[in-house]
Amino acid sequence: MLQRYIKSMGMAEVLLVLSVLILVVVVAIPVLLIFWTALFVDGQFNVNDIVKVLSEQDTYEALKNSIVIAVGVTFFSTVIGVFFAWLVSRTDLPFKNTMKLLFLVPFMLPSFIGALAWKMLLSPRSGYINKFIAGTFGFEGSLFDIYSLAGIIAVETMYLFPFVFIQVSGALERMDPTLEESARISGADLVTITRKITLPLMLPSIVAGALLVALYSLAHFGVPAILGTEVGIYNIPTKIYERIYQSAGSFAAIRTGTILSAILVISAGIILYAQSFILKAGRFQVIAGKSMRPVLLKLRRLKTPLLIISVLYILITVILPTITIFLVGTLKTYGLEFTLGNMTLGNLKYILFDWRLTKDAIWNSFYLSLAAAFVTMLVGTLISYVIVKMKVRGKFVLEFLGVLPFSVPGTVIALGVILMWSGKFGVNLYNTAWIILVAYIARYMAFSLKSNSAALEQVHDSLEEAARACGATHWQALKDIVIPLIKPGMVAAFFLIFLPALRELTTSVLLYGPTTRTIGVAIYTLNEDGETVYAATLASVALVIIVVGQLVIKRITRSKVEAV
Amino acid sequence: MSFVNLQHITKRFGNVIAVKDLTIDIEKGECFSMLGPSGCGKTTTLRMIAGFEDLDEGEISVDGRLFSSSYKKYYLPPEQRNFGMVFQAFAVWPHLNVFNNVAFPLQIRRISRAEIAERTRNAMLYTGLAKYETAYPNELSSGQKQRIALARSIAINPAVMLLDEPLSNLDPKLREEMRFEIKDLQRKFGFTIIFVTHDQSEAMALSDRIMVMRDGVLQQIGTPLNVYTKPANRFIFSFIGLSNFLPVVVKNGAVYIEGAENSGCIDSQIPSDMRSDKMVLACRPSEIELKKNGGVKAVIKRKVYLGDIIDYRIMAGSTEIRVQKNRRSADFAEGDVCCLKFNRLLWYHHD
Repeated sequence: MLQRYIKSMGMAEVLLVLSVLILVVVVAIPVLLIFWTALFVDGQFNVNDIVKVLSEQDTYEALKNSIVIAVGVTFFSTVIGVFFAWLVSRTDLPFKNTMKLLFLVPFMLPSFIGALAWKMLLSPRSGYINKFIAGTFGFEGSLFDIYSLAGIIAVETMYLFPFVFIQVSGALERMDPTLEESARISGADLVTITRKITLPLMLPSIVAGALLVALYSLAHFGVPAILGTEVGIYNIPTKIYERIYQSAGSFAAIRTGTILSAILVISAGIILYAQSFILKAGRFQVIAGKSMRPVLLKLRRLKTPLLIISVLYILITVILPTITIFLVGTLKTYGLEFTLGNMTLGNLKYILFDWRLTKDAIWNSFYLSLAAAFVTMLVGTLISYVIVKMKVRGKFVLEFLGVLPFSVPGTVIALGVILMWSGKFGVNLYNTAWIILVAYIARYMAFSLKSNSAALEQVHDSLEEAARACGATHWQALKDIVIPLIKPGMVAAFFLIFLPALRELTTSVLLYGPTTRTIGVAIYTLNEDGETVYAATLASVALVIIVVGQLVIKRITRSKVEAV
Repeated sequence: MSFVNLQHITKRFGNVIAVKDLTIDIEKGECFSMLGPSGCGKTTTLRMIAGFEDLDEGEISVDGRLFSSSYKKYYLPPEQRNFGMVFQAFAVWPHLNVFNNVAFPLQIRRISRAEIAERTRNAMLYTGLAKYETAYPNELSSGQKQRIALARSIAINPAVMLLDEPLSNLDPKLREEMRFEIKDLQRKFGFTIIFVTHDQSEAMALSDRIMVMRDGVLQQIGTPLNVYTKPANRFIFSFIGLSNFLPVVVKNGAVYIEGAENSGCIDSQIPSDMRSDKMVLACRPSEIELKKNGGVKAVIKRKVYLGDIIDYRIMAGSTEIRVQKNRRSADFAEGDVCCLKFNRLLWYHHD
């Protein structure tokens, strides 16, 4: 029976089953296990326990903090993102194109490294800025305490506002400029046009960007871990980490973790649903017509002040933290002044060549990212192909599973992977590099699916059909026509995974064992252990790798465009 | 003094001269169209009149009032010019319903609410939108969207209406219908229309006068009939309709098609003031007669039915000539020998 069924399956069915299997094992079962563990105790459905866990003082605090941080970060990111997007796409600000690139830089910098830098600058007693101000003006206490909700919100905003910036500046550029021109010729001045035409039309993009920020902030680990835990401020991901880490994997801790994780997954699902709903609202389709240069607001006397504000913003949020990391990384001891005599390249030599822990971390991150990027890229291509191109019954299962990776935050993936791969089901990967690899694949599947399906949607069905009509088999058409055409998308997917994985912290911090630290984990634990200088040195190495990596991608993607 | 007056307008984009030393006078109540291929400077000219583009040189005044001047560095902002304008891409605001789209220019002008409602409803009535008051643009067809744009611009009862290829995003049938509607609205309200198009039949149907532009330079201004029958140069001749350009030679005072000297001479003389070595004969395909004898001998190479019209490709020597004849006129088959008689022909210098 079964054999006959398998024989009767075409390639479409085989691929579908394979894709479903991969997604089920990598993403669906871990998430299901989380919900199962959260909802059932000893096989019994148990809500009382959930209420009990949630009403404990510290879980309740974590929930509250997560919401406060997410709301704050979303609000400020939206204000800053919309303002700068409008500035670079609707005014005659000088050096607009350069400014636009600079506003995207925070995107590629890991926020936990930023948090580390701000800790060095603004921690209450030893922060360099606080010390400088206290020394200069001679007052007690500190200018600003970065170990606070406000500090966490400020630092997260610096790294998350580009989500809004990209959405809104993109929408502003695609918007048909005659929509504004016709309002002008109708007699409206620029303030009225901005208020009554431009802003309402941009609203869906603004909301979409804001929801993305909320999604990331809610599940964000790095910044609150570095700036909050020291003074007892936890959000959901750091609380999960603290529980699991303290209790060395006891069931009670895992259960609290799964309940908090379930809340994260559900809220992420709601946010993503709201976002797709808003973006689909058809009456806001404003992209049309021949492209003309839009009405640019002449800033006149405000030109220089606004340029200075933009440059200052970049200097303070990007350049200052980066320089701080590099400088602190060379100090002989943390807290010394930045004089040449206090600096040394010995730190760099030590972490690159002498210290087992950091050497391991760099090597682990490197091969784990490489493997994860390669596997995820291939699997993502396969799954996207089935979703985008194949007409096969039961595809909706895959479509549903394909959306799942988008809404599962890193902490949740780590927890799900622990539940699944620590021996309960016969395979124990705990404390090995494999468990991190599996988690990375689950975590970055969303990137691969997005990039690959975008590429596949560009390849019109008729191209493949033409190959079939010429006598090619399905496989030949795939190999000679489709794959070459989507190669840029696959390459993009590879790098979209490789670079973030290289600096990953949220997932690996829950999964690392004695010999499987990654770069992110090493920086984090060094900082926890008070090895601030070595943390900074390793962070500088990471920053250099990231910047070089970004430049390489740019090179590769650009030469691809020219070739076509 | 004319109503809309452009004096020595020049506009550059970087090194490209978009409009070069253009001077035009448009009368009150006139429908004036600017015709030319894309990139000829017609849209730029319209945008300068609207106030969206500054001038590199020149002045624009409307009804005796200075609107733009490069010499005085004075530009009245578009929102204060009191124009109506309709764009190619409709530019109706998707977040406002039909009523609010049309009422927008009135609301800006701080008119009483009752008057806004009345004038908006009137504008919607004249454009056939009365029953769509609360609909949103995405629920309407492209023709209805363009009607919203029209209603919006007539609501303020502007003295001048600027139309930037308003019909080219519509399908052909609707396009013809809208031509008449625009013309009717103009009769009713008496506004001046300045109309940009690359479609010569549209320009012919709507305009009192047509201006043809090429590479930013004015080529000819005249009535539709005048421009069609007496194109000032070879470019206009070819732009305004189907055309044949035949190289000719003169032998013993008679004119022959180059390379077909044995097929007989053309029954026409080159005007004495235009004599030069290289001349071209320009003739519309519909103005050539096909006869059994008497004229230039030629061979039918291709014959295509286009409904009522038959489209012939005819070889005289090595020169291909296009002829379009009514289906009912004399019938020739492919390969037949025929004789050509050129009725209305014009002479241009060889470029």
